[in-house]
Amino acid sequence: MTRLRRTIRDNAVPLALISPAILIILMVVLLPLIFSFYTSFTNYRLIRPDSLWQWIGTRNYERVLGDWDFWVAFGRTVLFLTVVLNLELLFGLGLALLVNRITWGQRTMRTIMMFPMMFSPILVGFQFKYLFNDTIGLVNNGLQALGLTREAIPFLVDRWLAFFSIAFAEIWMSTSIFAILILAGLFAMPKDPIEAAKVDGCSNWQVFRHITLPFLMPFIYIAMTIRSLDVARAYDIVDVMTGGGPAGRTELLWTLIARTAYDDARMGRANAMAYVSILLSIFFTWFFFRKLMAARKHLGAF
Amino acid sequence: MAEVALKKVVKRYGDTEVVHGIDLDIAHNEFVVLVGPSGCGKSTTLRMIAGLEEISDGDIVIGDTVVNTLPPRRRNISMVFQNYALYPHMSVRENLGFSLKIAKRPEAEIARAVEDAAAILGLDALLERTPAELSGGQRQRVAMGRAIVRHPDVFLFDEPLSNLDAKLRTQMRVEIKKLHAKVQTTIVYVTHDQIEAMTLADRIVIMKDGHIVQVGTPLDVFERPVDTFVAGFIGSPPMNLIDGTIRDDTVVFGDGRSLPVPPDFAGRLENGHRVVFGFRADVLMPKGHALAESGTVHDIDLTIDLAEPLGSESMLFSSLAGKEIQARMHNPRAVRSGEVLTCELHLDKCHLFDAETTRSLRGDG
Repeated sequence: MTRLRRTIRDNAVPLALISPAILIILMVVLLPLIFSFYTSFTNYRLIRPDSLWQWIGTRNYERVLGDWDFWVAFGRTVLFLTVVLNLELLFGLGLALLVNRITWGQRTMRTIMMFPMMFSPILVGFQFKYLFNDTIGLVNNGLQALGLTREAIPFLVDRWLAFFSIAFAEIWMSTSIFAILILAGLFAMPKDPIEAAKVDGCSNWQVFRHITLPFLMPFIYIAMTIRSLDVARAYDIVDVMTGGGPAGRTELLWTLIARTAYDDARMGRANAMAYVSILLSIFFTWFFFRKLMAARKHLGAF
Repeated sequence: MAEVALKKVVKRYGDTEVVHGIDLDIAHNEFVVLVGPSGCGKSTTLRMIAGLEEISDGDIVIGDTVVNTLPPRRRNISMVFQNYALYPHMSVRENLGFSLKIAKRPEAEIARAVEDAAAILGLDALLERTPAELSGGQRQRVAMGRAIVRHPDVFLFDEPLSNLDAKLRTQMRVEIKKLHAKVQTTIVYVTHDQIEAMTLADRIVIMKDGHIVQVGTPLDVFERPVDTFVAGFIGSPPMNLIDGTIRDDTVVFGDGRSLPVPPDFAGRLENGHRVVFGFRADVLMPKGHALAESGTVHDIDLTIDLAEPLGSESMLFSSLAGKEIQARMHNPRAVRSGEVLTCELHLDKCHLFDAETTRSLRGDG
């Protein structure tokens, strides 16, 4: 005890100086975290504040883990992540490689590439909801006017069509994150190894496959990390376009959690779901971050 | 294994011509060094041979093939780059074997070729490391190893030693020379360092402003430079060059002092011809500190401004007709600044250049 007191006395000034920061972190991050974690062990319902004190142990978690709908939403989120990340990588890589070859107007092109990111996801959601609408939607009307289809395609109603419509909106909005980061990688890339590979007998494809792509991997993993966190908590676009429906056909984790928390007012249960879901984000972050570190270690020569 | 021929090769970037129709024949197994100051077009020329730059005009022939439009991979060449250009994500072993892997050679053959190259260059212990874990000299050796595993027709070196420190550079220079003796392949080597050029080359190609100025053996270009540029560029220290005018078989300098016309040039030059008198520090030595050499010797008194002791010899700085000149003092003693020494100038080894064209006035040159 005396030792602790002495430590505090000796470091009084530094401690006083960092105390505001510690205080703010406590208030803003730690308290809500502890509170939400606590509620996940209670029967807390928003409409009955006194239920906050009903300790029910791990019952919420047991219910969540045994809930088929939850696991369907979980699986759909993983699938959504996989589809969206891979397609964004593919399009982003293609876009970056093309823009990298432009010699005139490249700056303008780079700025234009950022445009989709500048819109609120909610507005993007509304826009695509309108585009894919089966009566007034631009896509359906266009297809019919061109005589390609006779009947309206139920883009936002059919299980898979709705899934891909949402993925389409998500990809449209965020492919440029991949493109920008990969482009940065291409700019940073030394030209010598590419020329060495050409002399060593590589065709253009082989140069890309063996030299360019490995060099870009760290940049790709950074984009993957950012986007996996982003997509794992996808909510706004989905909520606007389909609201997780119809009949739960496009329910992702966070639309399910939000519904449980606010529509059903079961805050305790929703928090339990959220804590299980967060494992998914943590897993993806950890996975890509490890890949990133490994790739960067190899490229230490640069 | 092949000859390389450049025929009227031109390189233009837009309207700017940087290489002006150069001709060069390189024999099988020859070690040719392209040397010149930066911007002289030597690297561009090498990159055109490699196929990394397109040629704007003329022909490049490797072996029996005109390679003008062939991509680098069809030319069967190897290249060592200034910045090593190793593949950072591959181990040394993978770096060395990469070209063979791309050529889809069997695993066993690749392994053998890599081991052989590693043995030649002393890389055996480093095969599992990545380039990031190597020193500059080791990276350089890997870059060379990568070039030799393929047994190419031609080796191209683009200033391979310029990123190394002086000691390592000397060491690698020797290794490159040994390597050439071992692998017996045509080598085209680019450098801006005239010492590298002198020590390595079978033939030196001196370039300036996109033209070839002189081609010859190291001794050739050292002893018979075709113009003042080569005279100043080759040899260290650079040749002393002093402007003067011919009068009755003497060269009269601006300050009225004069030197006899060197015997090689005597009797051929008219009075009033404006010339540049050139001689190396090696042929101007203080009396008693000279090498015993036969030939025509002329004595001059020089006021020494500065002496630079190098141990086995000293470099003396003085001036003649307002130009700083250097002399070499063998078996040196301490020299005071301002001391006047009588120096021997070995006229047989002096040069005269035309002041206007800068070309050598040697009749046969």
